[in-house]
This record gives sequence, structure tokens and C-alpha cells, in this order.
Amino acid sequence: MTGSRFSDRAATILVPLVFGAVFLGVWEWLVRAFDNKQFLLPSPSSIYTAVGDNWGRIWNGVEVTGGNAVYGLVVGSILAVFASLIASRWGWFSDIVTPIASGMVAVPIVSLAPVFNIWFGSTDPFSRRLVVIVVVFFPVFFNVTKGLTQVDAVHVELMRSQAASQWSVIRRVRIPNALPFLMSALRLASSLAIISAIVAEYFGGTQGSLGQLITQSAGLSRYDTAWAAVLGASAVGIAMFVAVAALEWVAMPWRRERTGA
Amino acid sequence: MTSIDPSAPAVELVGVDKVFNEGSANAVDALQGIDLTVRRGEFVSLIGPSGCGKSTLLRVVADLLPPSRGTASVFGKPAPQARLDQDHAMAFQKAGLFDWRTVRANIELPLELKGWSKADRRARSEEMLQLVKLEEFGSHYPFQLSGGMQQRVAIARCLTFEPKLLLMDEPFGALDEMTREHMQAELLRIYEELDTTVIFVTHSIAEAVYLSSRVVVMSPRPGRIHSTIDIDLGERTDAIRNDASFFEKTNEVRNALRSVEQVAP
Repeated sequence: MTGSRFSDRAATILVPLVFGAVFLGVWEWLVRAFDNKQFLLPSPSSIYTAVGDNWGRIWNGVEVTGGNAVYGLVVGSILAVFASLIASRWGWFSDIVTPIASGMVAVPIVSLAPVFNIWFGSTDPFSRRLVVIVVVFFPVFFNVTKGLTQVDAVHVELMRSQAASQWSVIRRVRIPNALPFLMSALRLASSLAIISAIVAEYFGGTQGSLGQLITQSAGLSRYDTAWAAVLGASAVGIAMFVAVAALEWVAMPWRRERTGA
Repeated sequence: MTSIDPSAPAVELVGVDKVFNEGSANAVDALQGIDLTVRRGEFVSLIGPSGCGKSTLLRVVADLLPPSRGTASVFGKPAPQARLDQDHAMAFQKAGLFDWRTVRANIELPLELKGWSKADRRARSEEMLQLVKLEEFGSHYPFQLSGGMQQRVAIARCLTFEPKLLLMDEPFGALDEMTREHMQAELLRIYEELDTTVIFVTHSIAEAVYLSSRVVVMSPRPGRIHSTIDIDLGERTDAIRNDASFFEKTNEVRNALRSVEQVAP
């Protein structure tokens, strides 16, 4: 490893750290200097204190909300991948599903949360999980379908010239070709999952979720607690994103060195 | 699996027409009245201006396209049967390697499709890596190789199971001149070593003359065989590229191509 590469790597870590620290410092200073009211914007230090004071509730919220988000991400993605496999294999299925799916993209799915609460009961976590499943489904379905169908013509001719079966083409060409598409969809879907999980909780549901903690704290004018819960939600989002990046690293060894080395 | 009739020619095309979009307003006559016999062990190049149907002809032989009329047989059996029996291998202008497979796994792909065991595949891919002089690159991914190296992997891939017939569609078209000449020498060495038959599509006159025992000149719209030129230059060495006999043959091919271009509208 050369010196310049090392300093490049250090810079990529250091720059955002320094920027973040400066940002927090300015924030703290502004709040103190202008004697800001808590309900407008709590200072970073008071949010930090609130995290410590409410650690149990926040951790519990992370478990509930993060659990829903991960559940929805996993189930939604698996369903979408199966739907894509079927759609890429049988044209008629694609003809039925693709227009519906295109239309569904325009539907703000989180707005269905109250409906799902009526269907499954607001105490049943499946009401919130279903919101996440539906939100995750579409980007994964569209991307993976694209990856399964937009294969290199040379690859298909090559497989055909070697008398490869349909299944063999799916396994050896279409699925690996779709992996990068799946991974970029999962990156997008992981943040959509946590967003939709929280917003779904705004419409009611079990106590102890991050969404409920945010709305309740705000209602009680405990803005520092609300912000602490937002911080918890961000941590879940980041953790999911990192998990997807790790999955990408494991699943696609041929893409590893393209950026790093 | 049908066994190969030892007396049959490698490839026999009789009265082959190929029309794309037949019957519709934008029908294209890609091939017309093609009669071509390629004997075993021959190295036949197809050359001609763009649109003369040389790639289409290759795909008819490979059974990637069905002929509109006429028959295509490979080793005495119908082309579709030969494809299912995996009697031939193809190479393309694009290396067409699988990004997600290492060089070794790319080379092993045809063997995998033939159901070879892992150990046998590995042994053979090592041999092939040596053949194309890429021994140290077995565990690399294609993106880590240069264009010339990728093309060598593609050649190794189509040679792994020692096919009796190689169908090559401008495999060196995207390479620079020096790499190209090196690859040509390499291909000839392998061709002699494996004692196989080659049909080779190219745009380059020098390449066709250097490699082939016979050059088939095609004319465009509709694609037809214009003439066939036998090349008997003996052993191919680098020196032969500067030999008078080599220039004579390239001129002959060039003149045939010129008359083809003039006929074309």
C-alpha cells in the first residue's frame, strides 16, 4: 500500500468526522448563543443527555421498529425476487404484474397503514410489517426483473451454442447478472424500510416503538427525547445500510476490488 | 447423442437462404443460395463487406438461426442435432466472459455444461491456461485483464473440450494490430495441435490469408458466395507475412472484394 493511498483512505474517514464535529459545534453554539427554545431545536448536548436518560425506551424502540423494518425488508425482497423470477420466465405473468406494479409505484403506500391497522388489528405488528413489505417489494421487483432480462446477447448465444438448458441459463447467466441489480435495490430498499416502518407507527400500534416514542415525546413537549428517538432510528437505518453493503461484499467478490484496490 | 459419421464433411450447406422478417414489408435477404462444404481439418475464412451475411452464415451453421430454406448439416447430422451434441464451440468479437466467474471458472463453463467432474474440469482448465499462456491468472476476474488477455480466455473457453469444429465470429476484431498478429499465430498453433476444423469470420484480408487454407469471399444484399480462393502458403511463420506469395494472395482476395463492392448498389 502506497503512502498516497493510505492518506486517501484517512481522508475519506477524517473529512466527514471533522465536518460532523464542526456541524455539531456550530449547532450547540447557535442554540446557546441565541437562547433557543427547546421546542424549536434542542442542543446536541441535551439530545445526548436524553439518549442516556431514555436508553431503555430507545433500545426497546430500536428492537421493535428495527425488527419490523428488517422483517419487511427480508420478506418483501424474497417475495419480489420470486415474482421477478416468474415474470422473467413467463411473459404472461410479466404482462399481468408489470402494469399493476407500475401503477402501485405511484401509490403512497404508507398511507395504507391505517387500513392495514383495521384489517389486522393495530396491536398486531404485521400491520406495520406489511407496509414495509409492500414498500420494499416494488423497487426490488423492478430492478431484479431488469437484471434477469437485460443479459448480454453474447452470453445467451454462447449458452445456446453449448446446448445449455433454460434452467442452466437462468442459474448461470440470469441470476448472477441480476445480483448487482438486486444489491442496488436493497440499498435503496433498506432506507425505505426504516422510513416506512417509522411512519407506519405514527398511525398507531404497539407502545414502545420509535414512531410512538417520537409522537408521544413531541406531544409532551419532550423534544430532546423525540430527537433522541430520531437518533435511534438513524442508527437502525445506518446499521441496515451497512448490513446490505456487507452482503454485497460477500455475494459479489468480483466487484470488490473495482473500487478499493 | 448421435455419433459422428467419419466420412461426412465438417459442414455442408445446401441451397441455404436466410430471410429476416420473411413476408413482412421490411424483409431482409441476408443469405441467398449458399452452397458451401467445409472438409475436416480445413481452416475456412469468410470475408466480405458489412451486410454480406457472413455472421448470419456462421449462426446458421451453429444453429443459432434456422435457415429459411435449404439444409445445414454438421458432421453429417442436422445442425440442431450437432448443437445439442455440443460438436462445436463459438467465439465472438466480444470476449463475452462472465464478470462473476474467475478466469478459471470461465474456461470451465463448457465442461460444466457437459457434466464433467470438478477434478477433471480443474485439470483441463490448468492445461488450457498454459495453452494461452495465462497460468498465473486463473484466479483473476475478467475485469482485471486487458482486452487481449480476455480474448485469450475466450479462446481457451471455446477450446476446452477440444471441439471438432470452431466457429469464430471476428474474435480478434477488437484487438490492436500487434496483439492480433500474436493471437493469430497462437490460434494456428492450437489449430494444428488439436487437429480441428475452423470457420472464421473476418474483415481483415491479411488475417484471412494468413490463417486460412481457403478464403470464401461474400457479396452483400443478398449475401451470396462470390468466389472461393485456395491459399497454399505452406507453414505459417512471421516471415511469410513479407513473402511475395503472401502479397499475391492478399491481392487476389483484395481484387475479389473490389469487384464485390462494385457490384453492390
